[in-house]
Amino acid sequence: MNRKRISLRQELPLLVWLVVVWGALWQDFSPGNLLFGALIAVLVARLFYLPPVELGGRFNVLHAAAFAVHFLGKVVVASFQVLYLAAAKGPKVISAVVAVPLRSHSDLLVTATGHVTALIPGSLVVEVDRSTSTLYIHGINVRNAEDAEQLRRDVRATEAGLIRIMGSQAELSALNQELVP
Amino acid sequence: MNPETFTVDTVIDAVSAVFLVVGSLMSLAAAVGLLRFPDLMTRMHAATKPQVLGLFLLLAALGLQMRTWWVWPVLVVAWIFQLLTVPVSAHMVGRAGYRTKHLHPELLSTDELEAVVQQAAGTRGFTDDDGDQPAGRR
Repeated sequence: MNRKRISLRQELPLLVWLVVVWGALWQDFSPGNLLFGALIAVLVARLFYLPPVELGGRFNVLHAAAFAVHFLGKVVVASFQVLYLAAAKGPKVISAVVAVPLRSHSDLLVTATGHVTALIPGSLVVEVDRSTSTLYIHGINVRNAEDAEQLRRDVRATEAGLIRIMGSQAELSALNQELVP
Repeated sequence: MNPETFTVDTVIDAVSAVFLVVGSLMSLAAAVGLLRFPDLMTRMHAATKPQVLGLFLLLAALGLQMRTWWVWPVLVVAWIFQLLTVPVSAHMVGRAGYRTKHLHPELLSTDELEAVVQQAAGTRGFTDDDGDQPAGRR
């Protein structure tokens, strides 16, 4: 078996998540239960090997909290928009498939951007082009080129937020370079 | 019962009542959308997305009513699993729907994927093989 060895530090987020799920499912966060959970987590991670996720090496908690609040606000607004569209426009609603080229080429950031975009009502990832890291997004109620441009800006803003949270140092400085002039 | 706990209880009850009603409203929105929207993609929007907010509100109301802290981790884990799986299922159905042409082109204002798919189909010949990068391969 030719497996790439993963360092414990790289695997730690996964193990911590597995232990948290274990504790939550037993509804018991006593040290004994957590220790047993940690044992099972290591065992599971060894037995069911997954390719390691390449993290950017940094995580900004402050930006993450702001992003979470912003995300929840957007979900609330968009949910009611979709409700309004369903009730008022119904069968006559116009949508579009828009190509959004992303800045980052890291799998983690492309996936995270796609996930966040898909979770906000009104947009759906139809296709991903990994080689050029382009997302093809189906947006509801996109009637003209202006709306399409707005959707593209929104998705790229989401990506910028994610880069600020967990993008690599190079991506972060590229983003700041882009915003300064 | 002293007056202070009474008011706190009333506030918690009122908040969870609002959460339950709005959360149920989101499920209603999904049902209305499924009936009213014209094609598969727009129906996916209605069917999957209101659950994100709807489930969040319902779980939050449940947590508020249970009044025990250990129920919160379970609710958070349930919501996170929902967040992780909803986009994946929506993407798979949307992608399959697009490829099998379950959409009304006259209801799309622009379709920037079509040209790319045409080009990829032209250069590779039409196959059912879905590679990792079906579009934009040069």
